[in-house]
Amino acid sequence: MKIPYYPGCSLKTTGKNLEVSAIAAAKTLGIEMVEIPKWNCCGTVFSLTEDDLMHHVAPVRNLLRVQEMSGNGSVDTPNKMVTLCSMCFNTMKSAAGRVSRNAEDLVKINSFMNLEEDYKGKVQVLHLLEIIRDMGFDKVKEKVSRPLNGLSVAPYYGCMLLRPADIGIDDPEDPTIGKDLFEALGADVVDNPYKKVCCGAFHTVNDKSLVADLGYEILTRAQKAGGEAITTSCPLCAFNLDNRQKEISAAHPEFKQMPVFYFSQLMALAFGLGEEECMFEGNYVDPRPLLKSKNLL
Amino acid sequence: MSEVSDGENERIGVYVCHCGGNISEVVDVEAVADFARDLPGVVLSRTNEHMCSELGQKQVAEDIAEHKLDRVVIAACSPQFHEKTFRTTLSKSGLNPFLLEMANIREQDSWVHHDEPEKATQKAKDLVAAAVAKARFDTPLDRRSIPIGKRVLVIGGGIAGIQASLNLGDAGFKVYLVEKEPSIGGKMAQLSRTFPTEDCSACILSPKMADVPANPNITLFTNSKVESVDGYLGNFSVKVKQKPTFVDPVKCLCCGACEEVCPVTAPDEFEAGLAQRKAIYVPYDFAVPHKYLIDEERCLRLKRGKDVCGLCIKACPHDAIDFNQKPRTQDFTVDTVIVATGYDTFDATKKKTYGYGRFENVVTALQMERMIVNSVQGKPLRKMGKRIAFVQCVGSRDEQVGNEYCSRICCMYATKMSQLLKRSDPSRDVYVFYTDLRAFGKGFEEYYKRAQDSGVKFVRGRPAELFEDPETKKILFKVEDTLSRQVIETEFDLVVLSTGLVPNPGTKPVAEMLKLAKSPDGFLQEAHPKFKPEDTLTEGVFLAGTVQGPKDIPDTVGQANAAALRAVRLMNQESYSMEPLMAFVDADSCDGCGLCVPACPSGAITLEAKKARINEALCKGCGSCTAWCPRDALDLHCYSNLQLAAQIEVALATKKKNQQRILVFADDMTAYRLADNVGTARMSYSADTRIIKIPSGSRVTPKLMLEAFSKGADGIFIGESEKKSSSYPHSLAEIERNVARVKEILTEAGIEPERIRFSQFVTVMLAGFVKQMNSLADFCAWSGSIPASKRKVVLKDLGEKLFARSGKESAQI
Ligand SMILES: Cc1cc2nc3c(=O)[nH]c(=O)nc-3n(C[C@H](O)[C@H](O)[C@H](O)COP(=O)(O)OP(=O)(O)OC[C@H]3O[C@@H](n4cnc5c(N)ncnc54)[C@H](O)[C@@H]3O)c2cc1C
Ligand code: SF4
Ligand code: SF4
Ligand code: SF4
Repeated sequence: MKIPYYPGCSLKTTGKNLEVSAIAAAKTLGIEMVEIPKWNCCGTVFSLTEDDLMHHVAPVRNLLRVQEMSGNGSVDTPNKMVTLCSMCFNTMKSAAGRVSRNAEDLVKINSFMNLEEDYKGKVQVLHLLEIIRDMGFDKVKEKVSRPLNGLSVAPYYGCMLLRPADIGIDDPEDPTIGKDLFEALGADVVDNPYKKVCCGAFHTVNDKSLVADLGYEILTRAQKAGGEAITTSCPLCAFNLDNRQKEISAAHPEFKQMPVFYFSQLMALAFGLGEEECMFEGNYVDPRPLLKSKNLL
Repeated sequence: MSEVSDGENERIGVYVCHCGGNISEVVDVEAVADFARDLPGVVLSRTNEHMCSELGQKQVAEDIAEHKLDRVVIAACSPQFHEKTFRTTLSKSGLNPFLLEMANIREQDSWVHHDEPEKATQKAKDLVAAAVAKARFDTPLDRRSIPIGKRVLVIGGGIAGIQASLNLGDAGFKVYLVEKEPSIGGKMAQLSRTFPTEDCSACILSPKMADVPANPNITLFTNSKVESVDGYLGNFSVKVKQKPTFVDPVKCLCCGACEEVCPVTAPDEFEAGLAQRKAIYVPYDFAVPHKYLIDEERCLRLKRGKDVCGLCIKACPHDAIDFNQKPRTQDFTVDTVIVATGYDTFDATKKKTYGYGRFENVVTALQMERMIVNSVQGKPLRKMGKRIAFVQCVGSRDEQVGNEYCSRICCMYATKMSQLLKRSDPSRDVYVFYTDLRAFGKGFEEYYKRAQDSGVKFVRGRPAELFEDPETKKILFKVEDTLSRQVIETEFDLVVLSTGLVPNPGTKPVAEMLKLAKSPDGFLQEAHPKFKPEDTLTEGVFLAGTVQGPKDIPDTVGQANAAALRAVRLMNQESYSMEPLMAFVDADSCDGCGLCVPACPSGAITLEAKKARINEALCKGCGSCTAWCPRDALDLHCYSNLQLAAQIEVALATKKKNQQRILVFADDMTAYRLADNVGTARMSYSADTRIIKIPSGSRVTPKLMLEAFSKGADGIFIGESEKKSSSYPHSLAEIERNVARVKEILTEAGIEPERIRFSQFVTVMLAGFVKQMNSLADFCAWSGSIPASKRKVVLKDLGEKLFARSGKESAQI
């Protein structure tokens, strides 16, 4: 499968380790993610204001790029695209839905972009995790050459992957997609009751201590449940849960730091890919000692 | 019923009322009377100061005798005021009461066109002419009479069904009570005490339960299901299937020997799953009937075959176990039906964030009721702990789970249980986390106050999610106290989910059999929310208790009493009499195509010997079937094809050049009364309108509409009752369909389709009505008159086009 891939800004900067590991892991599964040419900002937060259509020009313009790719044969999945960052996914899927349901909005947006061809409203926005689930976790299992036996992970979902219900990729109250994936990779999966609790999102910019408080709850709950590491699919969650452990440790000296993996890093590891693809050096809390102790490195 | 009148050789008397100036100050009543004198069939025309007075009526009676009048037309106020009076006058004078017509020249003329006396007089003439034209085709009619007996089926044996059955049985009616569970009693049997008086629920219910089998007029079927109900008021044939219990009820003395040896255990439904029972069991100690039965789903022998187990057979000292029992079906006929199938509690596992079913210390309110009963009896079902929280509105007022409504009772049952818990052990901390506390009933607010005084803490705020401490298994959550605006983080030994009420799954098949509608919340829909809360739109079928919506016990019992009375109201007559407003078939024209059969929402039409036949008991007189018949064979008494055509023709006949006419078809229940209300309020609208009363907008067939356009109508308006309060809820869709068809033809003929409009009304939408009238009149004036050539096209198109289309539709059915 050759599918248009929208990276977004974080994946080229703080989330490089998500991008690199995801592209490599997807490739192992036969999914070739072709970066969308001339992509622009996803819009970052889906604006819920009815009369503020301008904010959706950015995501729709990206959808238009996908429409063009579908037409010129550079991919083989017409009118589909994949994202990795939960936030990009949420914004783009919401915008795609709004213009596909509302013909009037589509016309308006198309006239904003009047120098380009018209967007027809057909593109389906997918998250890589969905594509993998739809392929079947058995397929994932087949590719595992280094099962993550003995590693206890607590999947963390956050909000953008799950809510609102018609955008999310799993049951917003009781998601299982992470559990299913990591079990297929051979890991021991523990349930963190705080798996959907807010990570603090953009407050990380103006109120570090708030984000550190939230992170402390999420991480210690995971530890209490027996987790040695937690996972995420969102660069912002990752930043708040991983990098903010510095502030957490400052506030709670007894706190034991724990690694935060991108789901794709664990896939790359289990698929037997090298350090270059796993890019563990991009994580704030170094996961390598833990992995070594489990004989996984 | 007699045949349609031929409209020839009638002797009609016309009376034009002054109404003490109410009419005559605007309308030239003498001119109207003079005009009427020359109308075909009229032999006499008079004016009168007050037609409704004794003098006025005496005049009519005398004229009937002296001038041998055989029809009477009264031009006065709205028929809603005095039609009955004049009908009685006719009856007393030996004339059939349905040979009367009224022209509404007060509410719908003098009171709305007070500033345009000339136009008002013209309109009065047209209205009188239309009434005379209609009267010419009036037919002597009798009220329909349907024989009715004194037998009633009650479905569901909760407190609602029990109460209704006991009332009816005591009053001498024959009652068949069908309950699907092994015992009657319903949910009330499981409750601890009842708010706000704290009576012991079992103590007040069990005597009533015992009265049921003791009543000679009640036949009780437990463990049974209504397989089918067919027919109508006065003649419902019922089939009931009773499951075997495999224990002979006469031989079984309830010694319990079998229960001791039975190796199979199952969750005890009565204890809300908190205890176990055996496969052979008595539902509970005050169950009625109080006999052992075997659970088919659990018994090893019934599941696996004849040679398995059988321990109970050996253990029973009275030889009561009988594995050869078979299901029994019984057929009987009843005259009315009461549906009392109750409610179910919301399935708390659907609210995943609350962890019910996953966390051992989260229980439902019904489970708490059982825990309280059992601990009072000194055999606690489970540990309660010292810190107990009730979380309100679980499954209610929550669009995430699809239930927008309030369940009405959970605030009060939580108020009840929380204080029972607190009072029985004051060292407990009991909290109630609520959205709004609804204490609306008699004594409820006082009861809530007592709970607060007893030390229960009420916090306004609902937790989003509950968490379980993996080690202690305590339940933790965060909640915002929305009154103090503080976020509380807290921990409890036990959390009770105040689950709401949802429709009982047992209701669905019953509703389908009886063609009962659901309201948006999923509970069954009453015929009218204010005046007929126990009736349904199916004549002779009534609702009692929570099947109609969440209710506490007092309201349930109140409704059960009322439903019994509504049934008695019908059954206490030898025969039930209904207005003659119903469809009839012209057998000569009917070719048995059957198009009308599925069109009737009441299932009143059948084909017999290749002819449509109307069931008198089922027809509700909407008239929508008339639009479906391609051969004009279906017709409606009181509003016949001939009558409506004549009214239309006459209302248009006086139209002069440069004038326009808007025909307004107004349904009797709402639009017509709304037009009256507009008159009473002395508002005004275009005097080009001519209102024609109809039972329902669906009576206006496409053919009538096209005829109206071909004969000079410039616009047509159909006013109909708002769907949710209409007695003919299906009509709106019919009107839509008919109007769409006419619009197509108009468009083809080059006539603006906007000339035909329809709208739903409630009787208080005065300004809306005026606006609609004026907007259509303005549109027609602005569009100019329709050229005769185009009108001809419409007429020419009539036959073929309409029937061609209905032919096509019939292929789709
Ligand atoms: C936890 C809790 C506490 C409560 N506390 C109080 C209180 O303190 N005070 C108060 O006033 N109210 C209280 N209530 C409300 C009370 O339970 C109801 O008002 C009352 O039970 C309603 O009676 P019902 O007959 O309408 O319904 P139900 O009790 O539900 O009876 C319906 C019956 O119909 C049967 N049935 C269903 N379908 C079929 C079918 N197809 N064929 C045959 N039979 C069928 C059912 O088996 C059942 O026996 C409480 C409710 C709950 C959940
Ligand atoms: S035969 Fe059935 S009811 Fe009787 S003891 Fe065995 S399992 Fe129980
Ligand atoms: S009665 Fe109270 S608890 Fe029940 S739904 Fe209504 S507000 Fe909520
Ligand atoms: S459609 Fe209406 S008028 Fe016709 S038979 Fe049915 S209920 Fe009677």
